[in-house]
Amino acid sequence: MVGGESMTNTSTAKLKRIRLSDIAIMIIVGIAMLMCLVPFLHIIAVSLSSKQAIISDQVTIFPVGWDWESYKIVFQDARMLRSMGITIVLTAVYTVVCMIMSICAAYPLTKRQLKGRSFFMMIIVFTMFFSGGLIPDYLLIKELGMLDSMLSLILPGMISAFNLIILRSFFTSIPESLEESAYLDGSSHIGTLIRIVLPLSLPVLATLSLFYAVSRWNGFMDALFYISNSEMYPIQLKLYQVVMNSMVTDLTAQEGAIATEVMPEGLKAASIMFATVPILVVYPWLQRYFVSGVMVGAVKG
Amino acid sequence: MDRRATPAPNNSLPLVKRRQATGIWKDYQLYLLLILPIAYFILFKYVPMYGAAIAFQDYSIFKGVTGSEWIGFENFKELFRMSQFYEVVRNTLMLNFLDLAFSFPAPIILALLLNELSVVWFKKSAQTLLYLPHFISWIIIGGLVYQMFSNQGGLVNNVVNALGFDSIPFLTEKNHWLLVYLGTGIWHSAGWGTIIYLAALTGISRDLYEAADVDGAGRLKKMWHITLPGIRPTIVVMLIMQLGHIMTIGFERPFVMGNALVMDYAEVISTFVYKAGLQSAQFSLATAMGLFQALVGLVFVVIANSIAKRFGEQGIW
Repeated sequence: MVGGESMTNTSTAKLKRIRLSDIAIMIIVGIAMLMCLVPFLHIIAVSLSSKQAIISDQVTIFPVGWDWESYKIVFQDARMLRSMGITIVLTAVYTVVCMIMSICAAYPLTKRQLKGRSFFMMIIVFTMFFSGGLIPDYLLIKELGMLDSMLSLILPGMISAFNLIILRSFFTSIPESLEESAYLDGSSHIGTLIRIVLPLSLPVLATLSLFYAVSRWNGFMDALFYISNSEMYPIQLKLYQVVMNSMVTDLTAQEGAIATEVMPEGLKAASIMFATVPILVVYPWLQRYFVSGVMVGAVKG
Repeated sequence: MDRRATPAPNNSLPLVKRRQATGIWKDYQLYLLLILPIAYFILFKYVPMYGAAIAFQDYSIFKGVTGSEWIGFENFKELFRMSQFYEVVRNTLMLNFLDLAFSFPAPIILALLLNELSVVWFKKSAQTLLYLPHFISWIIIGGLVYQMFSNQGGLVNNVVNALGFDSIPFLTEKNHWLLVYLGTGIWHSAGWGTIIYLAALTGISRDLYEAADVDGAGRLKKMWHITLPGIRPTIVVMLIMQLGHIMTIGFERPFVMGNALVMDYAEVISTFVYKAGLQSAQFSLATAMGLFQALVGLVFVVIANSIAKRFGEQGIW
C-alpha cells in the first residue's frame, strides 16, 4: 500500500526549538485528548459522589461529597459479580482458542508448497464480504443445540479473517532462511512453527490476543441473541439489562411529572465503571504492543 | 480441497508423480493444521449462507430448511411492500453517508497533527489517550453518552443551564440525536483510525522535507504539498473501502444509542432484522432483509474495488 522502499534516514536529528505553531498544534491535540478523557472523569466523579450532590447537578469532573456507597452496592450484587466472573473466564478461554485456531490457519497459508493455498485463502477472504446474516447464524446455533451455552459465545467467532490476514503477513515477513535451517536439522513443520516462528512473532501475537480479548469482553450482540438465561449473562449484557434499560426508561418517560428513578445515577455510574476498569487496567500494558502489530498488518495488508 | 487427493494425470512422468506424493506426505502437518480452521469456516460461515435459503421459503422452525415450503420471491415482495423497508434502508444509508462525511476526515487531520508533534512524551501520551475509546464497548459508550447528554443531570446540559439556556434535547429529538450519534462515532474511531495513516506517513522520504526546507517552505506548505500527497494512496483505499461498506451497518451502535423517541432515524437494517426475526419470529422475512443487504453490500464492495484498481491503487484483492 505504501512505498516502503524510501527509508527514512534518521541521521542527525537536530534539536529544534519550539515554535508558536508547535504550541498551537499541542493545544488542538490537547483538546482532543480532553474530549477522550472528560466522559470518564465525569462518570468516575458521579460514581463517587453523594446522592444529594448528583441530584442537584453539582458534579462535573470531580466527586462532590465523597461517597463509596454505590460501589459497595455493586460489589455486594451477587449477579453482577457472577457476570463479571463468567466474562473473565469466557474471555480467557475465547482468546486462547482464537489464537490457537488463527495460528493453525495462518501458518500453512504462508507456505508456497501448500496445494490449494489460493483456494483456501479465497474461501476465507470471501467471508469478509458476504455472510448468511443474523437469522441463519441464529438458526445454526439453535440447530447445534448451543443456545444458552457458553459454546455459542466461543465457537462462532473463533477466527477473524481480518486478524488471520494480519498474522499471515507477519509470518511471511519472517526470513525463510531461519525456517529452512530448522528443516535441515530435521524439524517438522509444527516443530518449526513452535520453536522458530512463534517466538519471533510475540508482538503480533500480543496484539491479536488483545483484539480477540477486547472483542469478547466488549461484544454483547451474540449474547443478546443466544443467551436467554440471565444467570449466564456476560457483563456487557448484564450492564445493558440493568443500566441502559433504566436510562432509556428515564429518558423516554420524562414527560411525566417526575421521572421515576428506577436506579440512582450513582449506582448506574458505578456499574459502568465496574465493567470498564478491567479494560482501563490492562490497556496501558498492551498498548505498546498493538501499535507495532497493527502497523505490520496495515503496511503489508 | 479434493485436488490434492486426485492422482496426477497419466501422461506425467512417474518420477514427478512420486516426488509430488512424497512432497505432500512431507507436508502432511500443514494440512493437519488447516483441518480445524477450514471446518470452522465451512460450518460457521458457509452453512449459514446455505441457511439463507429460507429467504425463499415459508420457513417453519419445526420443519427446518429441508422441510419448509419454497415460495420463491414472496418474502422479498412482502418486504418491498413494507414502508418500513424503505425507512430502514434510508436510515442505514443516511447514517453511513454522514459517518463517512464526518468520521472519515477526522483521523486524517488527527494523524497530520500527531505527525507534527515534536515533543515525544506528549505525542506518546496523546496516542495512548486517543486510542482508548476504540476499546470501550458500545454499551459503556451508551452509558457515557447518557451521562453526558441526558436532559436531566447530563453534564453538557448542566453547563448549558448554568449559562442560562434551556436544556437541549440531545437524545430525545431526532436531529439532535443524529449529531450525538455522529459525534460519538468520531469519538470512538478517530484516534484509532490514525494508526493506518501514521504507518503510511513513515513511508514518506525525509529528503522531500529537507528539499522543501532548502526552498524555504513553511510548515503548512509542507503538510499540503508533501505529507498529504504522501498518504493519498492510503486515503483513496480507505475511502473506497468505506464506500463499499455503505450498506453494512453494525448492530451494536444503533441498537444501544437508539431509543423509542428517535426511531425515525435510529431504526436501521441490522436492528430491523433483529426485531423482525428474533423478537417477532418472522424468520423468512428477516432473512430476506439480511440477504438483500448482503447482496447489495457485495455489489458495492466489488464496484468499489474495481474503482480502486482503476485509480491505480492496489485494491482489496
